[in-house]
Amino acid sequence: MAEQAARGAVLAMRGVSKTFGGVKALNDVSFTVRPGEVHCLAGENGSGKSTVIKIATGVYTADPGADIEIAGQSVAAPTPGLARRLGIAVIWQDLALFPEMTVAENIGFEALLGARPKPVARKRMRETAARVLARLGVALDPDAPLRSLPIAKRQIVAIARALVGEARLIFMDEPTASLTQAETDHLLEIVRSLSASGVAVVFVSHRLAEVLEVSSAVTVLRDGRLVGVFPTEGMTQSKLTELMTGQTFDSAVAARDRSAAPPVLELKGLTREGEYADIELTIRKGEILGITGLIGAGRTELGHTLFGMTRPDRGEIRLDGKPVRFRSNGQAIRAGVSYVSEDRLSLGLIQPQSIADNLSLTVLDRLLTAGLISPARKSSLVDHWIRELAVKIGTPADAVATLSGGNQQRIVLAKWLATEPRLLVLDAPTVGVDVGARAGIFAIIRRLAEQGLAILLISDEAPEVYFNADRVLHMAGGRIIGHYDPRATSLAELEQAVYA
Amino acid sequence: MMEELKARLGPEVLGLTVFLLAVMLVFSFLSDRFLTAANFGSVAVQLPELGILTLAMLLPILSGGLNLAIISTANISALTVAWVLQVNGGPEAGMGAFLLGAALALAVGGAAGFLMGAVTAISGAHPILVSLAMMIFLRGLGEYLTRGGDISGFPDFVAAIGHGSLFGIPAPLIVFLACVAVWQILLGRTRLGFFTYMVGSNIEATRYSGVDTKRALMLIYTLSGVMCAIAGIVMMARFNSVRVGHGEAYLLITVLACFLGGVDPFGGFGRVASVLLALVILQILSSGLNLLGANQHLSTAVWGLFLIAVMVLRFGWKRWFERKRGKT
Amino acid sequence: MRRLINANATEFWLILVIFALGLFLSLTTEQFFTLVNFTDLLNTSAVNLIFAMGLVVVLIAGAIDISFAVAASVVQYVAALALMALGGGNWVLGFFIAGACGVLLGAVNAALIHHFRIISIVVTIATFNVFFGLLMFFTRGVSIYNLPGWWSDRIILWEYETASGAWAEITLPVLVMVFAVIATWLLISHSSTGRQLYAYGDNPEAARRIGISPGAVQYIAFGWLGLMLGIAGLMQVNYAQEVVPNALFGRELDVLAAVVLGGARLGGGRGTVLGCVLGVLLIAITENGLNLLGVSPYAFKMVVGGIILAAITLSNLSLESLAGRRP
Repeated sequence: MAEQAARGAVLAMRGVSKTFGGVKALNDVSFTVRPGEVHCLAGENGSGKSTVIKIATGVYTADPGADIEIAGQSVAAPTPGLARRLGIAVIWQDLALFPEMTVAENIGFEALLGARPKPVARKRMRETAARVLARLGVALDPDAPLRSLPIAKRQIVAIARALVGEARLIFMDEPTASLTQAETDHLLEIVRSLSASGVAVVFVSHRLAEVLEVSSAVTVLRDGRLVGVFPTEGMTQSKLTELMTGQTFDSAVAARDRSAAPPVLELKGLTREGEYADIELTIRKGEILGITGLIGAGRTELGHTLFGMTRPDRGEIRLDGKPVRFRSNGQAIRAGVSYVSEDRLSLGLIQPQSIADNLSLTVLDRLLTAGLISPARKSSLVDHWIRELAVKIGTPADAVATLSGGNQQRIVLAKWLATEPRLLVLDAPTVGVDVGARAGIFAIIRRLAEQGLAILLISDEAPEVYFNADRVLHMAGGRIIGHYDPRATSLAELEQAVYA
Repeated sequence: MMEELKARLGPEVLGLTVFLLAVMLVFSFLSDRFLTAANFGSVAVQLPELGILTLAMLLPILSGGLNLAIISTANISALTVAWVLQVNGGPEAGMGAFLLGAALALAVGGAAGFLMGAVTAISGAHPILVSLAMMIFLRGLGEYLTRGGDISGFPDFVAAIGHGSLFGIPAPLIVFLACVAVWQILLGRTRLGFFTYMVGSNIEATRYSGVDTKRALMLIYTLSGVMCAIAGIVMMARFNSVRVGHGEAYLLITVLACFLGGVDPFGGFGRVASVLLALVILQILSSGLNLLGANQHLSTAVWGLFLIAVMVLRFGWKRWFERKRGKT
Repeated sequence: MRRLINANATEFWLILVIFALGLFLSLTTEQFFTLVNFTDLLNTSAVNLIFAMGLVVVLIAGAIDISFAVAASVVQYVAALALMALGGGNWVLGFFIAGACGVLLGAVNAALIHHFRIISIVVTIATFNVFFGLLMFFTRGVSIYNLPGWWSDRIILWEYETASGAWAEITLPVLVMVFAVIATWLLISHSSTGRQLYAYGDNPEAARRIGISPGAVQYIAFGWLGLMLGIAGLMQVNYAQEVVPNALFGRELDVLAAVVLGGARLGGGRGTVLGCVLGVLLIAITENGLNLLGVSPYAFKMVVGGIILAAITLSNLSLESLAGRRP
């Protein structure tokens, strides 16, 4: 059966395992892609999706015993160069571009590869770039340095690079992560036309709706093992989630009426040119206010202003009825505002440092005795919060980087809760957190609201906001364009408004 | 017990102690004068200058930077003392003039450091460049002020500070150990020390946690400058003269000592105790080679080789450790 | 035009500053705007420029080298001893020996960086001490003066007697420098190898995934610097007419300052040949101008240091950071 599936396949991997420093990231996984097929690779963070891509493209070498065939040719250990020559291209999740080089060089870098020096054909590279960009229907200056482009345009460049060669198979690792809906639609169009012309696409995305829309088959991984290969016909999002996590989830709207509680945060006509405009909103004690909208809607920028990292051009911020003007985030923290960044890896936590140090960074003042940090108070603070939020750790001296996404996010919450905030701004609190661990994070968030904390929940995932917030605002183009009450609206209505 | 000691002093201490013992063992076989009080006395006398300068280098490295201006800051500070002494009668100047000069020197060193910290923090320029420009500037300023010559003719007590001792401990060593203690407390127990490590690992994430990182950087470089000034005063007392070029060979040795002590070149990790051990190892190597008839230049070369050897061993150890974990 | 300026902002500003400085010195001093002075500037800057051509390649590839200047001293000594052992030698042999020694020393750095995953600053600070310490130990600090004639004699390629009776001369190091500049320009701007070095310095992980070999990058970058330092060492002897073991001690930081002034970035991915040339020239012209203005030579370094400090501050406080990011 497996033999048959592999015949004529553009990529056939069998019995692939990969061990990193004693940890098995992949355990006897098989993965087959046929020509012209749009195949989805699904799984939670750390399930091994990226490792599969990196082995197929020769970035990593699989443990001995694996059997890899590319385009019918048995390849013991692919190298990046060999994989490319055999027609495999990748759009990496982190884009893997060169910011200091031009758009044309980034797109046409393949012409510059090879050990033997050769002259740089700038004109030809520019033409190649123009051709591919035209196919994508995007106008970009080929001579602009990449660093001058916003992230969504860089994503286009990464896509363009994958389309340059005569690829038989293109891996797309979260290609839509920073695209607007229109750009995403256009990309999905391109995926379909690639597929029609016989190019296979392996699509990795955390947006399950997207996955089910575009792909014809899905390979599910869990904990480095193969769960199975399934046709997408008849597959639902909840079933896929179940396959990925091995657990069942049922969602219910958690919204409550908090209109009687006193307001904690009031914004009146808050405007910052080029970011957001005329923001009016109120968050009451114990209320979770959700803001959803697409990338670039101005949500994160609003969060930055509330946290004192930027200043509004116009309008007023009132905290507990008193107008405030923060000159730094230090002032905001002292006034009781906390902000959980969407970028946990590089802004939320100091990854290489210890759990204990990350946890105490925000409240160092309270650990001083006679001007010196008291180790006893520090460890009791850490113990308290590890217990309170049920974080699974080895020892508090371990680096934060050793924790899973969900546990890292608990540390982030702990470091901010330790400051005893009145208002907690959560910016995309479940990015990079496994579906299974998200429920736990939201249980904590709801408990905090019950205890009287005012919470602003920002997320581009409408369902997350819908099920967990008391009220939902829809933001687009820097403005609030819709108010929803989850108890009086269906999820479909909200999703229609946000994504269509 | 072992774990607690490791946590308090840093993970490098054990390995470095083994190195230290190995070096001592080898030299005690090679030279019968090695394990003598006189030899250890000479180590104790030579340790402080390099040691204090290394402490001045340690703080910026931990914060993810570097301070290439430590030597020139030290010399400019020493010039300040020399100037105050000369104005107050040269050899006849009193202790009061010296203390005033020392206080001014600390201020000058601090100011030079503050300027570097401010430029680094506000412009975002790489500290290597900022401190490199500062080094060229301060050395130039010193050359201009001294016309490239020596300044000497100090009161007798200056030399006494450099060569005297208290309870049999050389005075410079006392100063050095005091500085080590201050740095140990600073890095282990104070807010600024804590911020230094965090800034070194990820300055943006530290800023997002509400820390005024600009202020922290300015303070880090100011303290580094003050430590340079202390080194400058000690060097002045030891040589009984001030010269712009004094101690320039120490510049890269201080960086070498930090790396040898397991300080992360990118910042964020490193302990005072292990750097102290690294300094002792370097001086023991140097004095041992000296007994065998080698000069300071050979010691310098051996220091470089020793750093390479230690880094290669660390690499091999890490590899081996990963393999071992892979099997179980 | 506008885009050209935007893409090469550092070079543009340097040209502007050099032009303004040149204009000022032409108006205030009689000697600045003369052929003799210009040829002097070239003759004195040639060795630093050759060093800079090597260093910029290493910086572009995302590494740093502290050891190159003392490595050049080692090369000088080894070449002098080897040539004397070979009975005097000639230029071909000289270039070969110096180049080969330089590449070998560069390869030592590259090997330690690549095979043992030690970062370049740690490696080169260690090798700096090893090279210099061993050189001083074995030579006992003794200089060599009785060099073969072909090496230590000044070779004047072009000369011209000006109206005032002074001679304007172009010497051999200038010609060699021109070749080094052109070769480096071809390497980093016009060869695929050079673009791979930029790519690796810019984003090493992305470069690795696309199939650029990290080991090759280290060996090429440090090998090129090795070649340049060998040649620079050879030329410095021709300029100074002696081999002094500690003559180049400390030169590494001066060259580094000039190269970063020219827009190369610590951390990789950015740097141009033109920027390097302008950076070295700006410092040379500043010192030259101070000299002509009758400023005490003891003040030169102070002024140069102040200029570099100001330039670094201003170039980092660029329009991007002042206007682009509002608080």
